[in-house]
Amino acid sequence: MSTQTSVLFDAPGPKARARNVLYTAIALVVFVVGLATLYLGFNQTLRDREASLFDPATWAVNPSGQWAASKWEPFLRPATWTDYVIPGLQNTLTAALTASVLALVFGLVFGIGRLSERWWVRAASGAVVEFFRGIPLLMLIFFTMALPIVAYQLFDIPPGTFQVTALAAVVTGLTLYNGSVLAEVFRAGILAVPKGQSEAAQAIGMTRTQRMWVILIPQAVTAMMPAIVAQLVVLLKDSALGYIIAFPELLRSFTLLATRESNVIPAAIICAVIYIIINLALSRVAIWLERRNARRGKPSAKPTDALDAPLRLGTATGAAGASVAVEPTVQEPLPDTLSEDERTGPGDDSDDGAPRDGRD
Amino acid sequence: MEAFLSNIDRVVDGFSWTVRLTLLSALFSFVLGVLLTAMRVSPVPLLRGLSTAYVEGIRNTPLTLVLLFCGLGLNSALGLSMADSVAWDVFWWAVIGLSAYTACFVSESLRAGINTIPLGQVEAARSLGLTFTQNLRLIVIPQALRTVVGPLGSVLIALTKNTTVASVAGLGVQEASREMKLMFDQGIAPVLPTFVGFAIGFLILVLPMGYFFGWLAKRVAVVR
Repeated sequence: MSTQTSVLFDAPGPKARARNVLYTAIALVVFVVGLATLYLGFNQTLRDREASLFDPATWAVNPSGQWAASKWEPFLRPATWTDYVIPGLQNTLTAALTASVLALVFGLVFGIGRLSERWWVRAASGAVVEFFRGIPLLMLIFFTMALPIVAYQLFDIPPGTFQVTALAAVVTGLTLYNGSVLAEVFRAGILAVPKGQSEAAQAIGMTRTQRMWVILIPQAVTAMMPAIVAQLVVLLKDSALGYIIAFPELLRSFTLLATRESNVIPAAIICAVIYIIINLALSRVAIWLERRNARRGKPSAKPTDALDAPLRLGTATGAAGASVAVEPTVQEPLPDTLSEDERTGPGDDSDDGAPRDGRD
Repeated sequence: MEAFLSNIDRVVDGFSWTVRLTLLSALFSFVLGVLLTAMRVSPVPLLRGLSTAYVEGIRNTPLTLVLLFCGLGLNSALGLSMADSVAWDVFWWAVIGLSAYTACFVSESLRAGINTIPLGQVEAARSLGLTFTQNLRLIVIPQALRTVVGPLGSVLIALTKNTTVASVAGLGVQEASREMKLMFDQGIAPVLPTFVGFAIGFLILVLPMGYFFGWLAKRVAVVR
Protein backbone atom coordinates (compact mmCIF):
# COMPACT_ATOMS: atom_id res chain seq x y z
CA MET A 1 0.00 0.00 0.00
CA SER A 2 2.58 2.54 1.01
CA THR A 3 4.83 1.68 -1.89
CA GLN A 4 1.84 1.71 -4.21
CA THR A 5 0.49 5.07 -3.18
CA SER A 6 3.75 6.90 -2.94
CA VAL A 7 4.08 6.37 -6.67
CA LEU A 8 1.20 8.75 -7.18
CA PHE A 9 3.11 11.75 -5.88
CA ASP A 10 6.67 12.94 -5.51
CA ALA A 11 8.49 13.48 -2.27
CA PRO A 12 6.98 16.80 -1.19
CA GLY A 13 8.96 19.98 -1.63
CA PRO A 14 8.44 23.09 0.45
CA LYS A 15 5.31 24.16 -1.42
CA ALA A 16 3.78 20.72 -1.35
CA ARG A 17 4.56 20.40 2.35
CA ALA A 18 2.83 23.69 3.02
CA ARG A 19 -0.14 22.52 0.99
CA ASN A 20 -0.25 19.23 2.85
CA VAL A 21 -0.27 21.08 6.13
CA LEU A 22 -3.15 23.18 4.83
CA TYR A 23 -5.09 20.08 3.76
CA THR A 24 -4.39 18.45 7.09
CA ALA A 25 -5.72 21.53 8.86
CA ILE A 26 -8.85 21.62 6.72
CA ALA A 27 -9.46 17.90 7.21
CA LEU A 28 -8.91 18.29 10.93
CA VAL A 29 -11.41 21.14 11.12
CA VAL A 30 -14.02 19.21 9.17
CA PHE A 31 -13.42 16.12 11.27
CA VAL A 32 -13.62 18.02 14.56
CA VAL A 33 -16.77 19.86 13.47
CA GLY A 34 -18.31 16.52 12.55
CA LEU A 35 -17.38 14.98 15.87
CA ALA A 36 -18.65 18.04 17.72
CA THR A 37 -21.95 17.88 15.87
CA LEU A 38 -22.37 14.26 16.82
CA TYR A 39 -21.29 14.97 20.39
CA LEU A 40 -23.70 17.87 20.82
CA GLY A 41 -26.48 16.04 19.01
CA PHE A 42 -26.28 13.03 21.27
CA ASN A 43 -25.58 15.19 24.29
CA GLN A 44 -29.03 16.69 23.70
CA THR A 45 -28.21 20.06 25.16
CA LEU A 46 -28.76 22.18 22.09
CA ARG A 47 -32.38 21.45 21.57
CA ASP A 48 -33.53 21.83 25.18
CA ARG A 49 -33.05 25.50 25.59
CA GLU A 50 -31.78 28.56 23.86
CA ALA A 51 -28.20 27.47 24.33
CA SER A 52 -25.35 29.15 22.56
CA LEU A 53 -22.39 27.25 21.25
CA PHE A 54 -20.08 29.32 23.41
CA ASP A 55 -21.77 28.53 26.65
CA PRO A 56 -19.70 25.97 28.59
CA ALA A 57 -22.91 24.40 29.84
CA THR A 58 -23.71 23.35 26.29
CA TRP A 59 -20.51 21.38 26.12
CA ALA A 60 -20.69 19.82 29.55
CA VAL A 61 -21.87 16.22 29.56
CA ASN A 62 -25.61 16.29 29.91
CA PRO A 63 -26.76 13.79 32.54
CA SER A 64 -29.78 12.92 30.39
CA GLY A 65 -27.81 12.88 27.16
CA GLN A 66 -26.25 9.82 25.57
CA TRP A 67 -22.75 10.52 26.87
CA ALA A 68 -23.70 10.47 30.53
CA ALA A 69 -21.83 7.92 32.57
CA SER A 70 -25.09 6.28 33.58
CA LYS A 71 -25.73 5.38 29.95
CA TRP A 72 -22.44 3.55 29.70
CA GLU A 73 -22.52 2.07 33.15
CA PRO A 74 -24.68 -0.94 32.09
CA PHE A 75 -21.71 -2.23 30.11
CA LEU A 76 -19.71 -2.48 33.30
CA ARG A 77 -22.29 -4.76 34.89
CA PRO A 78 -21.67 -8.47 34.38
CA ALA A 79 -25.41 -9.09 34.06
CA THR A 80 -25.54 -7.05 30.87
CA TRP A 81 -22.99 -9.30 29.28
CA THR A 82 -24.37 -12.57 30.58
CA ASP A 83 -28.03 -11.71 29.94
CA TYR A 84 -27.82 -9.83 26.68
CA VAL A 85 -24.52 -9.79 24.86
CA ILE A 86 -23.30 -13.36 25.28
CA PRO A 87 -26.64 -15.03 24.42
CA GLY A 88 -26.95 -12.71 21.43
CA LEU A 89 -23.45 -13.50 20.31
CA GLN A 90 -24.16 -17.20 20.77
CA ASN A 91 -27.25 -16.97 18.58
CA THR A 92 -25.39 -14.99 15.94
CA LEU A 93 -22.57 -17.51 15.88
CA THR A 94 -24.97 -20.47 15.88
CA ALA A 95 -26.84 -19.07 12.91
CA ALA A 96 -23.66 -18.09 11.09
CA LEU A 97 -21.89 -21.39 11.68
CA THR A 98 -24.87 -23.55 10.75
CA ALA A 99 -25.48 -21.47 7.67
CA SER A 100 -21.78 -21.57 6.75
CA VAL A 101 -21.67 -25.34 6.78
CA LEU A 102 -24.93 -25.67 4.88
CA ALA A 103 -23.93 -22.95 2.41
CA LEU A 104 -20.64 -24.69 1.69
CA VAL A 105 -22.47 -27.93 0.98
CA PHE A 106 -25.06 -26.12 -1.11
CA GLY A 107 -22.35 -24.26 -2.99
CA LEU A 108 -20.36 -27.40 -3.68
CA VAL A 109 -23.42 -29.29 -4.93
CA PHE A 110 -24.62 -26.54 -7.23
CA GLY A 111 -21.15 -25.43 -8.29
CA ILE A 112 -20.43 -28.95 -9.49
CA GLY A 113 -23.96 -29.16 -10.85
CA ARG A 114 -23.28 -26.21 -13.10
CA LEU A 115 -20.33 -28.10 -14.56
CA SER A 116 -22.24 -31.32 -15.10
CA GLU A 117 -22.14 -33.18 -18.40
CA ARG A 118 -25.92 -33.42 -18.50
CA TRP A 119 -27.51 -30.28 -19.83
CA TRP A 120 -30.57 -30.50 -17.62
CA VAL A 121 -28.46 -30.66 -14.46
CA ARG A 122 -26.51 -27.65 -15.70
CA ALA A 123 -29.67 -25.75 -16.54
CA ALA A 124 -31.40 -26.57 -13.26
CA SER A 125 -28.37 -25.70 -11.14
CA GLY A 126 -27.84 -22.52 -13.10
CA ALA A 127 -31.44 -21.47 -12.63
CA VAL A 128 -31.33 -22.16 -8.88
CA VAL A 129 -28.07 -20.28 -8.40
CA GLU A 130 -29.11 -17.30 -10.49
CA PHE A 131 -32.48 -17.10 -8.79
CA PHE A 132 -31.20 -17.11 -5.23
CA ARG A 133 -28.36 -14.79 -6.10
CA GLY A 134 -30.69 -12.34 -7.80
CA ILE A 135 -33.25 -11.77 -5.07
CA PRO A 136 -32.63 -10.04 -1.76
CA LEU A 137 -31.78 -12.16 1.23
CA LEU A 138 -34.45 -10.45 3.30
CA MET A 139 -37.16 -11.64 0.92
CA LEU A 140 -35.94 -15.21 1.28
CA ILE A 141 -36.10 -14.86 5.05
CA PHE A 142 -39.62 -13.41 4.92
CA PHE A 143 -40.74 -16.19 2.61
CA THR A 144 -39.30 -18.90 4.84
CA MET A 145 -41.11 -17.38 7.79
CA ALA A 146 -44.34 -17.51 5.79
CA LEU A 147 -43.97 -21.18 4.83
CA PRO A 148 -46.72 -22.37 7.23
CA ILE A 149 -49.12 -20.00 5.47
CA VAL A 150 -47.99 -21.38 2.12
CA ALA A 151 -48.59 -24.91 3.36
CA TYR A 152 -52.08 -23.91 4.48
CA GLN A 153 -52.93 -22.13 1.26
CA LEU A 154 -51.59 -24.78 -1.08
CA PHE A 155 -52.01 -28.08 0.73
CA ASP A 156 -54.62 -27.26 3.35
CA ILE A 157 -52.25 -28.15 6.15
CA PRO A 158 -53.88 -26.44 9.12
CA PRO A 159 -51.90 -23.55 10.58
CA GLY A 160 -49.98 -24.52 13.67
CA THR A 161 -49.02 -27.95 12.36
CA PHE A 162 -45.49 -26.74 12.05
CA GLN A 163 -43.70 -23.58 12.91
CA VAL A 164 -40.72 -21.98 11.29
CA THR A 165 -38.50 -20.56 13.98
CA ALA A 166 -36.66 -17.33 13.37
CA LEU A 167 -33.38 -19.23 13.55
CA ALA A 168 -34.53 -21.64 10.85
CA ALA A 169 -35.62 -18.78 8.63
CA VAL A 170 -32.34 -16.92 9.03
CA VAL A 171 -30.28 -20.05 8.42
CA THR A 172 -32.35 -20.98 5.36
CA GLY A 173 -32.02 -17.53 3.86
CA LEU A 174 -28.31 -17.28 4.55
CA THR A 175 -27.73 -20.78 3.19
CA LEU A 176 -29.59 -20.24 -0.06
CA TYR A 177 -28.10 -16.84 -0.78
CA ASN A 178 -24.51 -17.43 0.27
CA GLY A 179 -24.61 -20.97 -1.03
CA SER A 180 -25.43 -19.61 -4.47
CA VAL A 181 -22.57 -17.15 -4.29
CA LEU A 182 -20.24 -19.91 -3.12
CA ALA A 183 -21.42 -22.10 -5.98
CA GLU A 184 -20.08 -19.49 -8.36
CA VAL A 185 -16.83 -19.34 -6.39
CA PHE A 186 -16.38 -23.10 -6.55
CA ARG A 187 -17.24 -23.15 -10.24
CA ALA A 188 -14.75 -20.41 -10.99
CA GLY A 189 -12.15 -22.23 -8.94
CA ILE A 190 -12.69 -25.52 -10.72
CA LEU A 191 -12.54 -23.81 -14.10
CA ALA A 192 -9.31 -22.10 -13.11
CA VAL A 193 -7.46 -25.37 -12.48
CA PRO A 194 -5.18 -25.90 -15.49
CA LYS A 195 -6.64 -28.21 -18.07
CA GLY A 196 -3.55 -30.41 -17.94
CA GLN A 197 -4.52 -31.54 -14.45
CA SER A 198 -7.82 -32.92 -15.61
CA GLU A 199 -6.30 -34.37 -18.76
CA ALA A 200 -3.55 -36.11 -16.82
CA ALA A 201 -6.13 -37.59 -14.51
CA GLN A 202 -8.11 -38.78 -17.49
CA ALA A 203 -4.97 -40.26 -19.00
CA ILE A 204 -4.33 -42.44 -15.97
CA GLY A 205 -7.87 -43.73 -16.18
CA MET A 206 -9.73 -41.79 -13.49
CA THR A 207 -13.46 -41.54 -13.87
CA ARG A 208 -15.13 -38.16 -14.10
CA THR A 209 -16.21 -38.31 -10.47
CA GLN A 210 -12.74 -39.27 -9.33
CA ARG A 211 -11.22 -36.45 -11.34
CA MET A 212 -13.63 -34.01 -9.80
CA TRP A 213 -13.16 -35.08 -6.19
CA VAL A 214 -9.53 -36.14 -6.17
CA ILE A 215 -7.95 -33.69 -8.58
CA LEU A 216 -10.07 -30.63 -9.27
CA ILE A 217 -11.94 -29.80 -6.09
CA PRO A 218 -8.96 -29.93 -3.70
CA GLN A 219 -7.00 -27.57 -5.92
CA ALA A 220 -9.97 -25.30 -6.50
CA VAL A 221 -10.81 -25.07 -2.81
CA THR A 222 -7.21 -24.27 -1.89
CA ALA A 223 -7.00 -21.54 -4.48
CA MET A 224 -10.39 -20.11 -3.58
CA MET A 225 -9.94 -20.22 0.17
CA PRO A 226 -9.57 -16.43 0.57
CA ALA A 227 -12.75 -15.84 -1.42
CA ILE A 228 -14.58 -18.46 0.58
CA VAL A 229 -13.57 -16.90 3.88
CA ALA A 230 -14.51 -13.46 2.58
CA GLN A 231 -17.95 -14.78 1.72
CA LEU A 232 -18.26 -16.24 5.20
CA VAL A 233 -17.57 -12.76 6.60
CA VAL A 234 -20.46 -11.51 4.48
CA LEU A 235 -22.59 -14.32 5.83
CA LEU A 236 -21.77 -13.43 9.42
CA LYS A 237 -22.59 -9.80 8.79
CA ASP A 238 -25.83 -10.69 7.07
CA SER A 239 -26.94 -12.73 10.04
CA ALA A 240 -27.78 -9.34 11.55
CA LEU A 241 -30.80 -9.34 9.22
CA GLY A 242 -32.29 -11.71 11.74
CA TYR A 243 -32.96 -8.56 13.74
CA ILE A 244 -35.80 -7.71 11.38
CA ILE A 245 -37.66 -10.95 12.08
CA ALA A 246 -36.98 -10.73 15.83
CA PHE A 247 -34.35 -13.46 15.93
CA PRO A 248 -32.56 -12.76 19.23
CA GLU A 249 -29.09 -12.33 17.76
CA LEU A 250 -26.42 -9.84 18.75
CA LEU A 251 -27.99 -6.75 17.23
CA ARG A 252 -31.40 -7.63 18.65
CA SER A 253 -29.98 -8.07 22.16
CA PHE A 254 -28.33 -4.70 21.89
CA THR A 255 -31.55 -3.00 20.82
CA LEU A 256 -33.41 -4.68 23.67
CA LEU A 257 -30.74 -3.44 26.01
CA ALA A 258 -30.90 0.01 24.45
CA THR A 259 -34.65 0.13 24.98
CA ARG A 260 -34.34 -0.95 28.60
CA GLU A 261 -31.54 1.41 29.50
CA SER A 262 -32.43 4.05 26.88
CA ASN A 263 -28.82 4.23 25.77
CA VAL A 264 -29.17 3.84 22.02
CA ILE A 265 -25.85 5.41 21.11
CA PRO A 266 -23.57 3.58 23.57
CA ALA A 267 -25.26 0.31 22.64
CA ALA A 268 -24.87 0.99 18.91
CA ILE A 269 -21.22 1.88 19.33
CA ILE A 270 -20.36 -1.18 21.38
CA CYS A 271 -22.37 -3.45 19.10
CA ALA A 272 -20.55 -2.07 16.06
CA VAL A 273 -17.20 -2.57 17.78
CA ILE A 274 -18.00 -6.22 18.47
CA TYR A 275 -19.00 -6.84 14.85
CA ILE A 276 -15.95 -4.99 13.56
CA ILE A 277 -13.59 -7.00 15.74
CA ILE A 278 -15.08 -10.34 14.65
CA ASN A 279 -15.14 -9.42 10.99
CA LEU A 280 -11.66 -7.92 10.97
CA ALA A 281 -10.35 -11.07 12.62
CA LEU A 282 -11.99 -13.21 9.95
CA SER A 283 -10.66 -10.93 7.22
CA ARG A 284 -7.16 -11.36 8.66
CA VAL A 285 -7.63 -15.10 8.26
CA ALA A 286 -8.50 -14.57 4.62
CA ILE A 287 -5.44 -12.38 4.06
CA TRP A 288 -3.26 -14.89 5.84
CA LEU A 289 -4.60 -17.68 3.64
CA GLU A 290 -3.98 -15.57 0.57
CA ARG A 291 -0.38 -14.89 1.57
CA ARG A 292 0.16 -18.51 2.41
CA ASN A 293 -1.10 -19.43 -1.03
CA ALA A 294 1.24 -16.88 -2.55
CA ARG A 295 4.19 -18.19 -0.53
CA ARG A 296 3.60 -21.70 -1.69
CA GLY A 297 5.04 -20.75 -5.01
CA LYS A 298 2.88 -21.02 -8.04
CA PRO A 299 -0.52 -22.39 -7.13
CA SER A 300 -1.97 -24.40 -9.93
CA ALA A 301 -5.19 -22.40 -9.94
CA LYS A 302 -4.37 -18.75 -9.62
CA PRO A 303 -6.64 -17.28 -7.01
CA THR A 304 -6.80 -13.90 -8.69
CA ASP A 305 -7.79 -15.15 -12.10
CA ALA A 306 -11.27 -16.38 -11.93
CA LEU A 307 -12.53 -14.47 -8.98
CA ASP A 308 -15.29 -11.99 -8.94
CA ALA A 309 -13.90 -8.86 -7.50
CA PRO A 310 -16.62 -8.14 -4.94
CA LEU A 311 -15.98 -11.44 -3.32
CA ARG A 312 -12.48 -10.30 -2.80
CA LEU A 313 -13.40 -7.01 -1.29
CA GLY A 314 -13.11 -8.45 2.13
CA THR A 315 -9.56 -9.41 1.51
CA ALA A 316 -8.34 -6.92 -1.01
CA THR A 317 -6.76 -4.56 1.41
CA GLY A 318 -3.96 -4.19 -1.03
CA ALA A 319 -1.42 -4.96 1.62
CA ALA A 320 -0.47 -8.13 -0.12
CA GLY A 321 -0.16 -6.27 -3.36
CA ALA A 322 -1.23 -9.44 -5.04
CA SER A 323 -4.87 -8.52 -5.17
CA VAL A 324 -4.85 -6.44 -8.26
CA ALA A 325 -6.70 -8.47 -10.82
CA VAL A 326 -10.06 -6.84 -10.44
CA GLU A 327 -11.82 -7.75 -13.57
CA PRO A 328 -10.76 -10.95 -15.27
CA THR A 329 -11.85 -9.82 -18.70
CA VAL A 330 -9.50 -6.89 -18.91
CA GLN A 331 -6.40 -8.72 -17.87
CA GLU A 332 -4.16 -10.11 -20.51
CA PRO A 333 -5.17 -13.64 -21.44
CA LEU A 334 -3.67 -16.14 -19.10
CA PRO A 335 -2.55 -18.96 -21.28
CA ASP A 336 -2.44 -21.67 -18.70
CA THR A 337 -5.70 -21.12 -16.93
CA LEU A 338 -8.77 -19.95 -18.76
CA SER A 339 -8.10 -20.83 -22.34
CA GLU A 340 -10.97 -20.62 -24.74
CA ASP A 341 -11.62 -24.32 -24.98
CA GLU A 342 -12.33 -24.32 -21.28
CA ARG A 343 -14.97 -21.76 -21.88
CA THR A 344 -16.66 -23.80 -24.53
CA GLY A 345 -16.86 -26.59 -22.04
CA PRO A 346 -19.72 -26.97 -19.62
CA GLY A 347 -21.28 -23.90 -18.17
CA ASP A 348 -20.37 -21.69 -21.08
CA ASP A 349 -23.16 -19.22 -20.68
CA SER A 350 -21.96 -17.45 -17.64
CA ASP A 351 -18.90 -15.57 -18.62
CA ASP A 352 -20.54 -12.29 -19.35
CA GLY A 353 -22.73 -12.09 -16.32
CA ALA A 354 -20.05 -13.27 -13.97
CA PRO A 355 -19.07 -10.35 -11.80
CA ARG A 356 -22.28 -9.51 -10.20
CA ASP A 357 -22.69 -10.97 -6.79
CA GLY A 358 -21.33 -10.06 -3.47
CA ARG A 359 -24.13 -8.72 -1.48
CA ASP A 360 -21.62 -6.55 0.19
CA MET B 1 -52.33 -15.18 -9.03
CA GLU B 2 -55.34 -12.95 -9.76
CA ALA B 3 -55.37 -11.71 -6.21
CA PHE B 4 -51.75 -10.74 -6.61
CA LEU B 5 -52.30 -9.08 -9.97
CA SER B 6 -55.23 -7.10 -8.64
CA ASN B 7 -52.84 -5.60 -6.11
CA ILE B 8 -50.26 -4.81 -8.73
CA ASP B 9 -50.40 -1.10 -7.90
CA ARG B 10 -49.02 -1.83 -4.43
CA VAL B 11 -46.25 -3.89 -5.99
CA VAL B 12 -45.39 -1.11 -8.38
CA ASP B 13 -45.48 1.38 -5.53
CA GLY B 14 -43.10 -0.78 -3.49
CA PHE B 15 -40.68 -1.10 -6.36
CA SER B 16 -40.87 2.62 -7.06
CA TRP B 17 -39.42 3.22 -3.58
CA THR B 18 -36.82 0.53 -4.21
CA VAL B 19 -35.75 2.21 -7.44
CA ARG B 20 -35.64 5.65 -5.87
CA LEU B 21 -33.56 4.36 -2.97
CA THR B 22 -31.22 2.60 -5.39
CA LEU B 23 -30.71 5.53 -7.75
CA LEU B 24 -30.13 8.19 -5.11
CA SER B 25 -27.92 5.97 -2.95
CA ALA B 26 -25.95 4.93 -6.01
CA LEU B 27 -25.33 8.56 -6.89
CA PHE B 28 -24.27 9.65 -3.40
CA SER B 29 -22.25 6.53 -2.66
CA PHE B 30 -20.38 6.94 -5.93
CA VAL B 31 -19.44 10.53 -5.15
CA LEU B 32 -18.49 9.65 -1.59
CA GLY B 33 -16.63 6.56 -2.76
CA VAL B 34 -14.51 8.54 -5.23
CA LEU B 35 -13.78 11.08 -2.52
CA LEU B 36 -12.80 8.34 -0.06
CA THR B 37 -10.52 6.77 -2.65
CA ALA B 38 -8.86 10.09 -3.42
CA MET B 39 -8.31 10.58 0.31
CA ARG B 40 -7.00 7.04 0.65
CA VAL B 41 -4.23 7.56 -1.90
CA SER B 42 -3.51 11.22 -1.09
CA PRO B 43 -0.20 12.54 0.19
CA VAL B 44 -1.81 13.76 3.42
CA PRO B 45 -1.47 11.14 6.16
CA LEU B 46 -4.46 12.39 8.12
CA LEU B 47 -6.75 12.05 5.09
CA ARG B 48 -5.42 8.57 4.45
CA GLY B 49 -6.04 7.58 8.04
CA LEU B 50 -9.56 8.99 8.15
CA SER B 51 -10.50 7.25 4.92
CA THR B 52 -9.04 3.93 6.04
CA ALA B 53 -10.75 4.09 9.40
CA TYR B 54 -14.08 4.97 7.81
CA VAL B 55 -13.95 2.26 5.15
CA GLU B 56 -12.72 -0.48 7.47
CA GLY B 57 -15.17 0.48 10.18
CA ILE B 58 -18.36 0.80 8.16
CA ARG B 59 -17.54 -2.11 5.88
CA ASN B 60 -17.36 -4.48 8.82
CA THR B 61 -20.56 -3.24 10.41
CA PRO B 62 -23.79 -4.93 9.38
CA LEU B 63 -25.95 -2.77 7.15
CA THR B 64 -28.85 -3.36 9.52
CA LEU B 65 -26.91 -1.66 12.28
CA VAL B 66 -25.89 1.24 10.04
CA LEU B 67 -29.49 1.86 9.04
CA LEU B 68 -30.72 1.43 12.60
CA PHE B 69 -28.17 4.00 13.68
CA CYS B 70 -29.49 6.39 11.05
CA GLY B 71 -33.09 5.68 11.93
CA LEU B 72 -32.96 5.55 15.71
CA GLY B 73 -29.76 7.39 16.51
CA LEU B 74 -29.12 10.24 14.12
CA ASN B 75 -32.71 10.82 13.19
CA SER B 76 -33.97 11.28 16.73
CA ALA B 77 -30.79 12.52 18.39
CA LEU B 78 -30.01 15.26 15.94
CA GLY B 79 -33.67 16.05 15.60
CA LEU B 80 -33.12 16.84 11.96
CA SER B 81 -36.09 16.55 9.70
CA MET B 82 -35.15 15.92 6.11
CA ALA B 83 -38.60 16.30 4.63
CA ASP B 84 -42.13 17.25 5.57
CA SER B 85 -43.79 13.87 5.36
CA VAL B 86 -42.65 10.92 7.43
CA ALA B 87 -42.36 8.70 4.35
CA TRP B 88 -39.86 11.03 2.74
CA ASP B 89 -38.06 11.76 5.99
CA VAL B 90 -37.25 8.08 6.59
CA PHE B 91 -36.52 7.74 2.90
CA TRP B 92 -33.75 10.32 3.08
CA TRP B 93 -32.30 8.78 6.23
CA ALA B 94 -32.28 5.42 4.47
CA VAL B 95 -30.51 7.02 1.51
CA ILE B 96 -27.90 8.45 3.87
CA GLY B 97 -27.34 5.10 5.53
CA LEU B 98 -27.19 3.13 2.29
CA SER B 99 -24.85 5.68 0.72
CA ALA B 100 -22.55 5.70 3.73
CA TYR B 101 -22.40 1.91 3.63
CA THR B 102 -22.10 1.42 -0.13
CA ALA B 103 -19.44 4.11 -0.48
CA CYS B 104 -17.00 1.79 1.30
CA PHE B 105 -17.45 -0.85 -1.34
CA VAL B 106 -17.22 1.67 -4.17
CA SER B 107 -14.01 2.95 -2.62
CA GLU B 108 -12.55 -0.54 -2.22
CA SER B 109 -13.35 -1.40 -5.85
CA LEU B 110 -11.83 1.83 -7.09
CA ARG B 111 -8.71 1.33 -5.04
CA ALA B 112 -8.31 -2.16 -6.46
CA GLY B 113 -8.71 -0.53 -9.88
CA ILE B 114 -6.01 2.01 -9.11
CA ASN B 115 -3.71 -0.85 -8.22
CA THR B 116 -4.12 -2.32 -11.71
CA ILE B 117 -2.83 0.81 -13.42
CA PRO B 118 0.72 0.24 -14.63
CA LEU B 119 3.28 2.27 -12.75
CA GLY B 120 4.55 3.72 -16.03
CA GLN B 121 1.31 5.65 -16.49
CA VAL B 122 1.66 7.42 -13.19
CA GLU B 123 5.38 7.92 -13.54
CA ALA B 124 4.93 9.39 -17.01
CA ALA B 125 2.28 11.73 -15.67
CA ARG B 126 4.54 12.83 -12.85
CA SER B 127 7.48 13.36 -15.14
CA LEU B 128 5.29 15.63 -17.25
CA GLY B 129 4.87 17.70 -14.11
CA LEU B 130 1.26 16.89 -13.31
CA THR B 131 0.31 17.58 -9.72
CA PHE B 132 -1.28 14.91 -7.54
CA THR B 133 -4.78 16.20 -8.25
CA GLN B 134 -4.16 16.45 -11.99
CA ASN B 135 -2.60 13.04 -11.96
CA LEU B 136 -5.61 11.58 -10.20
CA ARG B 137 -8.17 13.44 -12.28
CA LEU B 138 -6.63 13.03 -15.72
CA ILE B 139 -4.69 9.78 -15.57
CA VAL B 140 -5.54 7.57 -12.66
CA ILE B 141 -9.29 7.84 -12.00
CA PRO B 142 -10.36 7.57 -15.68
CA GLN B 143 -8.37 4.39 -16.15
CA ALA B 144 -9.31 2.98 -12.78
CA LEU B 145 -12.99 3.62 -13.47
CA ARG B 146 -12.82 1.76 -16.75
CA THR B 147 -11.15 -1.18 -15.05
CA VAL B 148 -13.71 -1.42 -12.29
CA VAL B 149 -16.90 -1.08 -14.32
CA GLY B 150 -17.64 -4.75 -13.67
CA PRO B 151 -17.09 -4.64 -9.90
CA LEU B 152 -18.98 -1.37 -9.64
CA GLY B 153 -21.87 -3.09 -11.39
CA SER B 154 -21.75 -5.77 -8.71
CA VAL B 155 -21.80 -3.08 -6.05
CA LEU B 156 -24.84 -1.50 -7.67
CA ILE B 157 -26.62 -4.85 -7.79
CA ALA B 158 -25.77 -5.48 -4.16
CA LEU B 159 -27.10 -2.00 -3.36
CA THR B 160 -30.36 -2.75 -5.15
CA LYS B 161 -30.82 -5.83 -3.02
CA ASN B 162 -29.66 -4.04 0.10
CA THR B 163 -32.41 -1.44 -0.21
CA THR B 164 -34.69 -4.08 1.29
CA VAL B 165 -32.96 -3.55 4.62
CA ALA B 166 -34.38 -0.01 4.65
CA SER B 167 -37.61 -1.60 5.83
CA VAL B 168 -35.93 -2.03 9.22
CA ALA B 169 -37.73 -0.74 12.28
CA GLY B 170 -37.06 2.89 12.96
CA LEU B 171 -36.98 3.61 9.26
CA GLY B 172 -39.65 1.48 7.64
CA VAL B 173 -39.38 2.71 4.10
CA GLN B 174 -42.30 1.24 2.21
CA GLU B 175 -40.09 -0.51 -0.31
CA ALA B 176 -40.73 -3.77 -2.13
CA SER B 177 -39.80 -6.30 0.55
CA ARG B 178 -41.83 -4.49 3.20
CA GLU B 179 -44.76 -4.32 0.81
CA MET B 180 -44.36 -8.05 0.27
CA LYS B 181 -44.27 -8.74 3.99
CA LEU B 182 -47.38 -6.62 4.50
CA MET B 183 -49.17 -8.50 1.75
CA PHE B 184 -48.17 -11.79 3.41
CA ASP B 185 -49.42 -10.65 6.77
CA GLN B 186 -52.63 -9.05 5.63
CA GLY B 187 -53.46 -12.15 3.64
CA ILE B 188 -54.76 -10.19 0.69
CA ALA B 189 -53.03 -12.50 -1.76
CA PRO B 190 -51.69 -16.05 -1.51
CA VAL B 191 -48.09 -16.09 -0.30
CA LEU B 192 -46.44 -18.12 -3.03
CA PRO B 193 -47.58 -16.05 -6.04
CA THR B 194 -46.79 -12.88 -4.12
CA PHE B 195 -43.28 -14.07 -3.39
CA VAL B 196 -42.73 -15.19 -6.97
CA GLY B 197 -44.09 -11.89 -8.24
CA PHE B 198 -41.77 -9.81 -6.09
CA ALA B 199 -38.85 -12.10 -6.89
CA ILE B 200 -39.49 -11.61 -10.60
CA GLY B 201 -39.62 -7.88 -9.95
CA PHE B 202 -36.17 -7.96 -8.41
CA LEU B 203 -34.83 -10.18 -11.17
CA ILE B 204 -36.16 -7.69 -13.71
CA LEU B 205 -34.22 -4.97 -11.93
CA VAL B 206 -31.05 -6.95 -11.30
CA LEU B 207 -30.45 -9.21 -14.29
CA PRO B 208 -30.35 -6.45 -16.95
CA MET B 209 -27.98 -4.52 -14.70
CA GLY B 210 -25.66 -7.52 -14.62
CA TYR B 211 -25.71 -7.94 -18.38
CA PHE B 212 -25.39 -4.21 -18.99
CA PHE B 213 -22.35 -3.87 -16.77
CA GLY B 214 -20.82 -7.03 -18.19
CA TRP B 215 -21.22 -5.58 -21.67
CA LEU B 216 -19.99 -2.15 -20.59
CA ALA B 217 -16.98 -3.62 -18.84
CA LYS B 218 -15.92 -5.34 -22.03
CA ARG B 219 -16.58 -2.25 -24.09
CA VAL B 220 -14.59 0.20 -22.04
CA ALA B 221 -11.87 -2.24 -21.03
CA VAL B 222 -8.39 -0.78 -21.20
CA VAL B 223 -6.37 -2.93 -23.57
CA ARG B 224 -2.90 -3.43 -22.20
